[in-house]
Amino acid sequence: MAQHRFYSDALYDRNHREAAPAPAAGRSSLPTLRFLTCGSVDDGKSTLIGRLLFESQRIHDDHFTALERDSRRFGTTGTDIDFALLVDGLEDERRQGITIDVAYRFFNTGSRSFIVADTPGHEQYTRNMATGASQCDLAIILIDARKGVLPQTRRHATICAVLGIGQLVLAVNKIDLVGYDKAVYDRIVSDFLGFAAQLTFSHITPIPISARFGDNLTAPSGNMAWYTGPTLMATLDRADIASALDELPFRLPVQWVSRPNADFRGYAGTIVSGVVSPGTALTVAVSGRTGTVQRIVTADGDLDSARAGDAVTLVLDEDIDVTRGDLFVPPEARPAVADQFSANVIWMSEEPLFPGREYLMRTGMRTLPVTITAIKHKLDMGDLKKLAAPTLALNEIGVCNLSTSSMIAIDAYKENRATGSFILIDRYSNATLGAGMIDFPLRRATNIHRQRITVDKAARARIKHQKPAILWFTGLSGSGKSTVADLVERSLHAAGHHTFLLDGDNVRHGLNRDLGFTDTDRVENIRRLGEVAKLFVEAGTIVLCSFISPFAAERRMVRDKVEPGEFLEIFVDTPLEECIRRDPKGLYAKALRGEITNFTGIDSTYEVPEAPELHLRTGGHTAESLAQEVLDLLRDHGIV
Amino acid sequence: MHGLSPHIRQLEAESIHIIRDVAAEFRNPVMLYSIGKDSGVMLHLAMKAFYPGRPPFPLLHIDTTWKFRDMIRFRNEIARALGLELIVHTNQDGLARGINPFDSGSSLHTQIMKTEALKQALDRHGFDAAFGGARRDEEKSRAKERVFSVRGSGHTWEPRNQRPELWRLFNTRLGPGQTVRVFPLSNWTEQDIWQYTLAENLPVVPLYLAAERPVVRRGDTWIMVDDQRMRLDTGEQPELRSVRFRSLGCYPLSGAILSQANTLEAVVAEMVAARTSERQGRLIDADEAASMEKKKREGYF
Repeated sequence: MAQHRFYSDALYDRNHREAAPAPAAGRSSLPTLRFLTCGSVDDGKSTLIGRLLFESQRIHDDHFTALERDSRRFGTTGTDIDFALLVDGLEDERRQGITIDVAYRFFNTGSRSFIVADTPGHEQYTRNMATGASQCDLAIILIDARKGVLPQTRRHATICAVLGIGQLVLAVNKIDLVGYDKAVYDRIVSDFLGFAAQLTFSHITPIPISARFGDNLTAPSGNMAWYTGPTLMATLDRADIASALDELPFRLPVQWVSRPNADFRGYAGTIVSGVVSPGTALTVAVSGRTGTVQRIVTADGDLDSARAGDAVTLVLDEDIDVTRGDLFVPPEARPAVADQFSANVIWMSEEPLFPGREYLMRTGMRTLPVTITAIKHKLDMGDLKKLAAPTLALNEIGVCNLSTSSMIAIDAYKENRATGSFILIDRYSNATLGAGMIDFPLRRATNIHRQRITVDKAARARIKHQKPAILWFTGLSGSGKSTVADLVERSLHAAGHHTFLLDGDNVRHGLNRDLGFTDTDRVENIRRLGEVAKLFVEAGTIVLCSFISPFAAERRMVRDKVEPGEFLEIFVDTPLEECIRRDPKGLYAKALRGEITNFTGIDSTYEVPEAPELHLRTGGHTAESLAQEVLDLLRDHGIV
Repeated sequence: MHGLSPHIRQLEAESIHIIRDVAAEFRNPVMLYSIGKDSGVMLHLAMKAFYPGRPPFPLLHIDTTWKFRDMIRFRNEIARALGLELIVHTNQDGLARGINPFDSGSSLHTQIMKTEALKQALDRHGFDAAFGGARRDEEKSRAKERVFSVRGSGHTWEPRNQRPELWRLFNTRLGPGQTVRVFPLSNWTEQDIWQYTLAENLPVVPLYLAAERPVVRRGDTWIMVDDQRMRLDTGEQPELRSVRFRSLGCYPLSGAILSQANTLEAVVAEMVAARTSERQGRLIDADEAASMEKKKREGYF
């Protein structure tokens, strides 16, 4: 029979096919159900999944042999098969008998295919649970019938709700261990429903099960005549995740501009919601340019229509300016276009979230700088109380205001997961730090426009016969920053240069008198000082900044605010022991006695600059000779 | 995408999305092509992703010099038919040291001729992203791997320090020395691969279809005598048997199964009824407990 048109005849075996390909008959028309299992440690999540795989005959003989061997070696079920070992795949997990990372598992029944995210129950791995939830339409929350609703049960239910999962199965597990007692089951269900009423689930289906023995998994249990509801598998088989995405307004983030030759220009991407046909008018959300769809191109031929989930290439009737990251939307159903918005942020990094620090945000196909301008509150996931918070720690969820460096197109997450979600990335380590779900745009920025100025920085600097710059002196308290900076400024002033010295202590008496010394306040302290220093640079001034500035991220933030070459980092490097010996303000003595907390070098870290423009090793040098080194640096850089 | 079940359509679209994202975000991507059925599907998806253009990256095959001759013929013809650049890399140092599956053992052979060779090729060409056809259903430590799997300098994998991967918002940023392995087929199962191969009528290496082949019995499995280099035990005589392979690698390390399934349809029918996994015929995984995780930490795909 004929080959696929991509390939040559030579690639096909004589026997290759018995018949021409026909639509795979008898295959289900239901969409794949992605679900996750969550709940506290030892509630039996891995056992449940292992059992579901086993019952749906997805366990091969060689895997079963390995399972029997592993059960003897690591098992927690005596002489029985430990189904949890089927899914706990990492060595550490099997050794410790816990689940650390999300594992994905696959099975199908006669009715549909399933993708299962098995997520960890331990609190320190909550971020992995949120990761699993972001991909899923349904969640199974397991509860150990002997323990009832635990704090971690409530946390997981809350995370599922925040991540927009509408359907929940409440699996009351280990029901065999409470003698299949209806009263126990009823009490747990009523406890949970009381809590969940405050959340946003559309369906909650409670089922009493025993994952270990298979009660109510695929067949109704003979041990609980009092339960007449569906089995777990029947609930999963029938779960309606319908094509709600097709009903939403059309959204296609442009992934790739396809220009294979001069005659073809197409915009490739995955339709995240809605439907499209040739003749449909589409607008680029941020720019507002509009065109009409001429063709929907795929390798299998042009389509008459395409819908949510399809990966296609659109050709428009005229060339408009479209690049990767743009969002195609209908002109009559546009998203918000904003650079400030409110969102739920879930924090996933050991290092806390600092308002004011610049992060990268990926939303749709765009990645751009973003700053959290305020944390309005964080959520106590046990009782859903709103708490004031200066920062978000690992696994915490808070409502934040965010500000991006340029306008972006956004929808509310509860209306459209794909265009209302984002991740936050560290600018320097590139780690994924957190994830967010957009609530609503903030209007405040739209009315503040930048004033155009005629006399610019270059003009102001020219009149002063100098190049403006920031000399950033960083180092421990007592390292000699201010002494050296003062000498440098005196020399510059004497030579007729226009200078200004910003000193950490002095600024804290005025502009920053509301800030303390916590990590959060230190970040904000430097952010403000950076802005002030930048204004002096705009004024054409050489500004000397003398601040401990312990964090690399903030020093780089200030560096990034001005043009290349305008920021000179000077690391005043005096060993801690020497600083403690000098202790000019008596602060180390107090810190060591515990009278001051968050003191850099004592109970708060100082991140050593990796590539400062000047590394001043102070040992054995006079302040005057150190100042001379700085002046030489300025000459080398053409500042003076 | 006509005639595909909703499940396969979803998988196809998801993979195309991933492949496009890599092409757009990375400086110098490459697609690992192992000639097997998974690679075949991945390559087909890449062709679809950029249609009517071509995939904007080359193919890379790590040749241990012990692949079946049929595989090499198939590889060369695929690259020619699709008009794609094919880079073939062999660890010359390993070759010079005489590493081979018989004397060195499967574990060392794999380490030197596959893992080390792969690292050499990625370093030599400065590839920052490499597609692989691995699937999460293959093996337990694979089930935990991300779609975008960041490798540190030296291509090491740190399973405890993986980036969380939410929605389809892949973090594609890399630090100095870091590279990424990308697995567009993460959510496919062996069954999905065959259903798709059938529905799309993709070509496969003939070794996947049953035919009379010269084999010798080794334990529970059948090893094909593909060329003169095969070491036979004293008194061992190759016999002709109707066999096929469920997964392909170096011929002395790939076990065949007895089968009469000589068409794709028959293969799929046998696979649905199968009671053992496809990796069972692979001698390299049986060597030690958690051996896949160990190999991956060292830089294996």
